[in-house]
Amino acid sequence: MTSKHLIISLLFLASVSVLAVTAQQNNAPADKPSTSSDKHKRIVQTQDEGERVFQEHCSRCHGAPEGFSPRISGTIVRHMRVRASLSQHEEEVLRSFFNP
Amino acid sequence: MLRKNPRFMPSVPARSTRCLLLALGVLVTAYSGLAQQTPILSGGAGFLTDTNSGNTTYSPIIEPLLAAPLGQKLLVESRAALLESFSPIGADQPGYNHSHFIGLTYLQDDYVATPHITIVSGKFLIPFNTYNERLTPIWISNYQDAPLIFSLGLLSSSTGLGGMLRGNALQRKKYSIDYAYFYSARSGNEQFRASRGSGGRASIYLPEQRLEVGFSCDRLLQGTHENFYGAHVWWEPKDTAFRLRSEFGRGQHAQGYWIETDYRTHAFGGLDSAIGRIEPVFRIQQTFRIDTIASDGLPQANTQRADFGLDYNLPHYIRILTSYARQFSSTGNHNVWETGIVYRFLFPAWKGKQ
Repeated sequence: MTSKHLIISLLFLASVSVLAVTAQQNNAPADKPSTSSDKHKRIVQTQDEGERVFQEHCSRCHGAPEGFSPRISGTIVRHMRVRASLSQHEEEVLRSFFNP
Repeated sequence: MLRKNPRFMPSVPARSTRCLLLALGVLVTAYSGLAQQTPILSGGAGFLTDTNSGNTTYSPIIEPLLAAPLGQKLLVESRAALLESFSPIGADQPGYNHSHFIGLTYLQDDYVATPHITIVSGKFLIPFNTYNERLTPIWISNYQDAPLIFSLGLLSSSTGLGGMLRGNALQRKKYSIDYAYFYSARSGNEQFRASRGSGGRASIYLPEQRLEVGFSCDRLLQGTHENFYGAHVWWEPKDTAFRLRSEFGRGQHAQGYWIETDYRTHAFGGLDSAIGRIEPVFRIQQTFRIDTIASDGLPQANTQRADFGLDYNLPHYIRILTSYARQFSSTGNHNVWETGIVYRFLFPAWKGKQ
């Protein structure tokens, strides 16, 4: 690898790191006390969002698996996080979608 | 005779097979007792036939995939291919020639370092354009044959041996940006064959439009150093079962593109009705030779090809794949007929905690 390629590689990595830090700062969650109806509403929203993530990412390549053991849902979601470059939030809502 | 698909390489000696089994054994022992994180055994099994210029090949194939999480941040995953290939001896002689192939497609560990950076190490699929990473599994691809430009940018073996950074760089409501950057070392090992090279891919996805546009580039860093460039566009309009996928690739000696569309209709009782399970597929592709130094796996002459497919999606994730293709080239035109049946399986690798 020449020094030119090394510099290009380092610049690429630096750009990605800056983008990642910026995005992390903008996505800071804010927890609030909630009632049981709020909790139920949030679960439904998470389910909808999980389905949306599945439609937007997973089903672009393949259909939905026909029923699988809840014991493996976490592994499937982790695999999809890497393959489909899901964000942490998308991984979480997808896991909730598989395990309501 | 092996299939033309470059995913499958020549058969391997017993020593490499033992290495493969050992590697899979290591994976199998990678057990995590966390709920929902039992290792999975997934993949596809199929029986494929391919008639190319009148010569028919029959190929039973299994592609198992194993994924085992280790704790909260690490995932070890691997895919392999086990293929037996039969073709008539020909020349008015009865019987069949056959060959077999057992190979490790990839074996990698994925470490989720930060919400936006995943570190991948091991033998991994090279992230150049989309086909290699997303569409090579037999339970996903619509056609048995990879596109003609498949080998462009994949550094001979389609896998790298080294490290990769990848992840979601930026996530907004209206768009997201993901990236992958890899460096591969040179290896002559039978199961871990790789070339020295580096490169990456970046793509932007618009979820409202369901549109993805991405660019790839990499450089071969051994022998005659060569650059490869690629671009891809995927579009799946919302609330339809229409998909358009396309790629362009350019190397030092050749370039080309492919565009593939498939469609399933909701109109007659949804996708799970008898009609909704039918999936017409069409792919067009062209390759253009820049010079005759053939180091990239593309046809020796400019080639055009049209593939017409008709797939049927049975329940329990069984797919019947059929297609006819006509290939036009100054070196000769020919037909390619393909049929196959593929079953996708997915279950826990063993009994875990509830």
